[in-house]
Amino acid sequence: MPFIPHTSDDLSAMLKRIGADTLDDLFDEIPANLTMQSIQGAPEGMSESEISSLMHERADTDGRPVCFMGAGAYDHFVPAAVWQLTTRGEFYSAYTPYQAEASQGTLQVIYEYQTMMASLTGLDISNASLYDGATAFAEACLMAVRANRKSKSRKILVPRTVHPYYREVAFNIVRGQNIELVDLPMLDGVTDIAALAEHAGQDFAAVVIQQPNFFGSLEQVDALTNWAHAEAALVIAVANPLALSLLTPPGEWGEAGADVACGEGQPLGVPMSSGGPFYGYMVCRKNIVRQMPGRIVGRTVDVDGKPGFTLTLQAREQHIRRSRATSNICTNQGLMVTASTIYMALLGNEGLRRVALASHENTRQLIEDLCAIQGISRAFTSPVFHEAVLLLDRPVAPVLDALAATGILGGVDLSEFYPELGNALLVCATETRTPKHIGQYVAAMKAVFTIEEVRQHG
Amino acid sequence: MVEPLIFEYHANGGRSFTVKAPEASNLPEQFLRKSKPALPSVSELQVVRHYTRLSQLNFSIDTHFYPLGSCTMKYNPKACNSLAMLPELLSRHPLAPDQFSQGTLECLYELQEMLQQATGMSGVSLTPMAGAQGELAGVAMIQAYHKARNDHERNEIIVPDAAHGTNPATATMCGCKVVEIPTCADGDLDINALKAAVGPKTAGIMLTNPSTLGVFERQIEEIAAIVHAAGGLLYYDGANLNAILGRTSPGAMGFDVVHLNLHKTFSTPHGGGGPGSGAVGVSERLRPYLPIPLVIKTASGYSWAAEKDCPDSIGRLSAFMGNVGVLLRAYIYMRMLGGEGMRRVSEYAVLNANYIMVCLDAAGFTIAFAERRASHEFIISVKQITRETGISAMDFAKAILD
Repeated sequence: MPFIPHTSDDLSAMLKRIGADTLDDLFDEIPANLTMQSIQGAPEGMSESEISSLMHERADTDGRPVCFMGAGAYDHFVPAAVWQLTTRGEFYSAYTPYQAEASQGTLQVIYEYQTMMASLTGLDISNASLYDGATAFAEACLMAVRANRKSKSRKILVPRTVHPYYREVAFNIVRGQNIELVDLPMLDGVTDIAALAEHAGQDFAAVVIQQPNFFGSLEQVDALTNWAHAEAALVIAVANPLALSLLTPPGEWGEAGADVACGEGQPLGVPMSSGGPFYGYMVCRKNIVRQMPGRIVGRTVDVDGKPGFTLTLQAREQHIRRSRATSNICTNQGLMVTASTIYMALLGNEGLRRVALASHENTRQLIEDLCAIQGISRAFTSPVFHEAVLLLDRPVAPVLDALAATGILGGVDLSEFYPELGNALLVCATETRTPKHIGQYVAAMKAVFTIEEVRQHG
Repeated sequence: MVEPLIFEYHANGGRSFTVKAPEASNLPEQFLRKSKPALPSVSELQVVRHYTRLSQLNFSIDTHFYPLGSCTMKYNPKACNSLAMLPELLSRHPLAPDQFSQGTLECLYELQEMLQQATGMSGVSLTPMAGAQGELAGVAMIQAYHKARNDHERNEIIVPDAAHGTNPATATMCGCKVVEIPTCADGDLDINALKAAVGPKTAGIMLTNPSTLGVFERQIEEIAAIVHAAGGLLYYDGANLNAILGRTSPGAMGFDVVHLNLHKTFSTPHGGGGPGSGAVGVSERLRPYLPIPLVIKTASGYSWAAEKDCPDSIGRLSAFMGNVGVLLRAYIYMRMLGGEGMRRVSEYAVLNANYIMVCLDAAGFTIAFAERRASHEFIISVKQITRETGISAMDFAKAILD
C-alpha cells in the first residue's frame, strides 16, 4: 500500500489489541447517516511512474518561454547548492520550531537569515518571514497603526506607484479592522512630492514608499521619509531585497530612516514557480518590535551555558494571546527562508551586488534597443533599477501575443492596472537574460512593428 | 555539538559563482548604498558543510518517529517534491499567458475538483497561503454573505474553548467579536451553552471535527441545526480532516465553509514552519465570495478567473495565485493515492492512534476521554502523576524527545 508500512498481520494484531473487529469499527462514533463509502468522483490511484509521465507531459505543455516579465516575480539564477541543501529531508520534513531542542538547525538558519536581512535593510530586527510580499505589506500596515503612538489615525498614505496587487491584498486584509488606505498620486512614474502638501498637517499613521516602485523607478526616498516623519507618521518601506545590495537601505533613508521595511523575498534564491511559495520579509526598528507580527528567533544560552536558539517574544503571538495577538499568522515560510539564507551565504555581498548590477545593465540595454524602434519610447524619465515602462504607439495586448508566438514573454501589459498611462508595457531583464535573448526580443519586436507598418500603409 | 554561525567562518573573499557584470551602475549617487551589508564571504564548500550540519541538528519525519498531535506529521513522498520541481514548472512566471500555462492550470483545476469531492463542498479556491489565511478567507466570506443579505448586526464568532489559537485570532483580525463556549466532560460541545450563545448577532461558529481534544463531535448535526436556525454559518477548520477523509465530509456534516491544511492532510512538507497552503471550500451559497483567482475550464482551455469574472469575491489574498508549488505537491500526492488511497491513509492513522492509546492505557496512563474512540490523535492526562511526583506533561514530552 502506498506510504503505509503495516503488514496484514500488523493490522489484525493491532485491531485485536484495540478490541475492534474491523477498521470500520474505529469510526463508529460518526453518525451513520453522515458516513460515506468512498470519495465520490475521485480518480483511481496512479503508480509513481504513471504520475511521473503525466507531470512531465504537463510541464512540457507549459514550455519554457524566454521571460521578460517582472512585476514582483523575477527570473534570477539559483545556484545548484541552494535547493539541494534546502530539500534535504532534515529541513524539508521538519516541523515548525516550537520545540527548540528538536529544531536547532532550522532555528539557527532563521537566526542567520534575520541577521542578513537586518544588515541588508539597515534596520534592527527581522522576523522569521511572512507569506509573501503582498501580505507582508498588509501586515506592515496593521503594525504601523498599532505602533504609531503619536497618531490615533487609522489612515495610511499609499502611492499609486506601489504594486497594484499589493494594494489590493492589503485592502482585503486590513479592511476588517477599519484601516483606510489613501491613494497618493504619481508624476513621471514616481510619487508626486508636490501633491503631498494636500495631506500636510492632517493625522495619518504611516506613509508607504516602494523602492524600486512597481514601474522599476527609483523614488525620492529621502525627501519622502523626511516629510512623513515631520508629519509624525511612520515610514513603511517596501523594497526589493536584491536591489538593496546596490541601493540605499531603508534604515538610512532621510534623516532618521524608515521604521519598517518589508517586501518580497523571492529574488533571493526562490524560483518563480507560478507565484509561490515565496516569502515576505519584515524588518523594523527596535522600539516597535513588540508590534511586529510573526515569529522571531533569538540566541540564548541553555542551563549549562551552551549557546542555542529559540523562538522569542512569543507573547505577541496567537498561540499565547489568542484573540489579542498581533496577527493570526502562525506559520512563516521556513523552507523558502532556508533557500534564501543559503543563496545569500553563497553569493555574499559581492555576488549579490553583481546580480543586481547585471540585471540593471541588461534592462538598460533592452530599453535602449527597444526604444530605437519607431513607435516605442520610455514612459518616464526617472532612473530605474531592473524594470521600466515603455509606451507603444498601439495597443499592447496584440503585440504581446505576437511576441508570445515566437516564444517570448514580452512583459506585463499595464493598460488594465493604469489606464491613464495609455499603451504601457512593463519590461524586465534580469542577469539571466543573455545578449542573445535580448537580441531575439528586439528582433521579434522589430518584426511586429514592421509588419504592422506594412499592413497600415499597404 | 555547536555549529558556529555562518558569519564566524573565515572570510575568504567569496565563491566562484559570479555573473558577468559592470563594475558600477550609471545610477545617480543619491540612490546608492554607502555602507556594505554584513553578508558572509565564504566558499561553496563551507556553505554546503555548514548547512548540511545544521540540517542534522533537526528532528524530522525523514529521520525520526514524529507522533506530534494536531499537526498531522505524515511522510512527504519524494516524487511529490521532484515532480513539482520540474524546470518548466519552477520557471513559470505567475502572469504568463494561458498558452504557456495549460499544464499547470490543468493540475490546479483537477486539484480544485478533488478537494471539492473530498470535502463535499461545491466550490474551492486554492489561493490562501496557509491555514490561518484560509481561516481569514472563510470568516471574510461569512461576513460578505451576511452583508449581501443586509444582515449587518452579525459580528460574533463562536469558538469552543478548546479551539486552536488561530481561530479567535482570525475572528479578531476580521473585526468580529469572539464568544467562547465550554466543552463537556465527554469532549463534546456544551449544547446548552451553544443555545444560549446564538442569536441575531451570530455570524458563525468555528469548529474542527474531530476536535482539538481528539474526539469526534457526535452532536454535529444538532449543532449545525442550532447555528443555521439562528441565521449563522458553520466554519470547518480542516486541521483534523486526516482523521475522517473518505469516511464523512464537512459538507455532509452541514458546514458552509472549510479550510484545508494541505501540509497536513495532503502531505506537503512542513518545511521547518512553512510554506503551508490553506485552500478553502464552500457550499453553494458562499461560492460567489471565494477568494480569487480561481481556475476555470472553458471551450478554449483552462484559465484564471479574477476580478472581472468574480465581482462579489472577497478579493485577492496573495500577490499572485497562492503557493502553487505546494499545490502541485498536494496534487501529485492525491493522484498517487486516488480516492481509495486517501480513505486508507485516514484508516491507518486512526488505527495507529487507537492502538497507542490502548497500549498507554495498559501502561497505566490516564486517557483524557477513555470511553471515546481516538481520532488520529488523543490526549493523555498526567494530572495525577504531577500531583504525586511533580513530574509535568512538559517533562514527559521532553523526556520522550531525549
